[in-house]
Amino acid sequence: MSATSAATPPQQRATGGAGRPADPRRGSTLLRHLAVAAVAGLLLLGLSYAVEPFRNFQIATVAAYLCATAGLTVLTGLNGQLSLGHGALMATGAYTVALCQNAFYDRGATGGLLLLVSLAAAVVVTVAVGAVVGVAAARLRGPYLAGVTLAVAVVVPALTVTFNGVFNGEQGLSVPVEPPPLALGAYFPYERWQLWIAGAATLLTLLLLANLVRSRYGRTFRAVRDDEVAARLAGIHVARTQVLAFVVSAATAGLGGALLAVLAQSVSPGAFGLTLSLFLLMAVVIGGLGRLAGAVWGAVLLVALPDLSHSVTDQLTLSAAAAQRLEGNLPLAIFGITLVVVMLVAPGGVQGLLSRLGRALLARWRARRS
Amino acid sequence: MDRFVFLTLDGLSRGAVYAAFALALVLIWRAARVVNFAQGAMAVAAAYVAYSVASATGSYWLGFVVALVAGLALGALVDRAVMRYVDHASPLNPVIVALGLVLLIQAVLGMVYGSEFRPAEVPFSRGAFTVGGFAVLSPYDLFVFGAVAVVVCALAWIFARTAIGLRMRAAAFAPEVSRLLGVNVGGMLTLGWALASGVGALAAMLVIPTELGLHPHAMDLVFVSSFTAAVVGGLDSPPGALVGGLVVGLVLSYVSGYAGSDLTPLAVLVLLLAVLLVRPGGLFAPVAARRV
Repeated sequence: MSATSAATPPQQRATGGAGRPADPRRGSTLLRHLAVAAVAGLLLLGLSYAVEPFRNFQIATVAAYLCATAGLTVLTGLNGQLSLGHGALMATGAYTVALCQNAFYDRGATGGLLLLVSLAAAVVVTVAVGAVVGVAAARLRGPYLAGVTLAVAVVVPALTVTFNGVFNGEQGLSVPVEPPPLALGAYFPYERWQLWIAGAATLLTLLLLANLVRSRYGRTFRAVRDDEVAARLAGIHVARTQVLAFVVSAATAGLGGALLAVLAQSVSPGAFGLTLSLFLLMAVVIGGLGRLAGAVWGAVLLVALPDLSHSVTDQLTLSAAAAQRLEGNLPLAIFGITLVVVMLVAPGGVQGLLSRLGRALLARWRARRS
Repeated sequence: MDRFVFLTLDGLSRGAVYAAFALALVLIWRAARVVNFAQGAMAVAAAYVAYSVASATGSYWLGFVVALVAGLALGALVDRAVMRYVDHASPLNPVIVALGLVLLIQAVLGMVYGSEFRPAEVPFSRGAFTVGGFAVLSPYDLFVFGAVAVVVCALAWIFARTAIGLRMRAAAFAPEVSRLLGVNVGGMLTLGWALASGVGALAAMLVIPTELGLHPHAMDLVFVSSFTAAVVGGLDSPPGALVGGLVVGLVLSYVSGYAGSDLTPLAVLVLLLAVLLVRPGGLFAPVAARRV
């Protein structure tokens, strides 16, 4: 159970005295999550003013990936369904946003709220696609599910070429996006506006997911993952739970893909190939399966590692062709090695290591105090 | 009619390759209960080795033999260095590790050889014979059939007639008992990985010249098709893999011939879903209950 045991609930802490509820944390889960989200939002707002536009864009990209990885970690880590098709679901969201925005612009409609409508449409369409895949997925286990979702990931480029008239083949579509509203001032950097959009959407997604994970649904997800027969005996509808988990995770993947399209202002099938699906899975595993905080680490890695390998190859003196080969493939190689090593050595991922470290420090501090 | 005959024969030739590749998947599944998602990447790596040898020495056949040896060695290496240490308690773990290997192998190939398509040479002409006005098989297709037939017969002979084949089956069927009876279970597992990877390398050598050429991602779609073939036949059944391979080859050939080659991935997905939803154990599997 090493891949999934990363998500075991935190051990019962020995702080509760007699008459205290079993959960030692006080206060409502919703309020606590709202407070964390508010603090994160304020930090992000401050950050958007503190760093240069390019970094703003990068953080916005992290936020877009984070939508998808957070959903995938709920699906794979908490519900035990492995999906290699989330790249395809992101493509669904991205293409929906592109088609909506183009339709609005062709009809001459403008306004800040149109983007919201398009993003909502992207989520709705991806939910529909995810429901179809999820119904099939609920009947499949382990490698079979992986194989089917792999096939889904491979189909996307083929579909965009087949329905050339709608998706414009290999070229893809452009995504027209409104400039920031004038109320923010004439010289408001566009990248900061992008970060605001992506950050707000992602924080909302994370808030909803965090509440879902700690709700009754989250518990049924875990019960189904750990033992389907026992879950069924406990009165949980296994197939329905699995479809629900898949749909939730599809919705977040669709939103993530839509945000990526809005950030890049274009979509093309090349960006949503099989490699993207593998990247998402890898980010989730390296961050720590089943942990939303792990999804954050994974999303940061997805953006930071290519950037890092770019600066490494810049340091080396290589011919142009060799440098290009190295730069394109170095992040892939590092991702691959890290994925294998994490699975073999530290199945809890980065977040698992961090929380173990935190627990050890806490224990030492308590021991010293008493 | 003319076209139908051509597409059927072409589909059978493609299907033979899918059958070989599916057979490799089934071999590992039977030995280790792992679907080797890295098989496509491993096979491409062997094909690149063959390409290097062939272009250095000018001999296709030397490259061919080296590819098979490289395939065997890579399979053994993957088992000894990585797969052996994976916790098999959750079926997700080996799949995730195999996907990590896919990223790693494809990245290394991309670094060494670049990601442009390289032409792969063929030992025999791909021009089709014409019999009575019908374009039928080419010499290369006959070579494909022959090579796959030889491998299938060899594997059948090893597993059914030799002591080592018996040990391999025993090690997969009842590892603890076999170990008590003196079978080197770990060694048999490594041998199974090596054999499967060797068969995969052969399939890559056969299929790559008929596609766009050598490329780190050249086997991605072949892998999905062969996985479908293995599922059609039932992951546990080697004869099923052969029939499944031919079925998938025919279906893909008809789809690409009559509806356009862009639709083949979609056809694979539909076929895979249809088989899994209607008959999840494959066409040849006995009825089995899920273990509690």
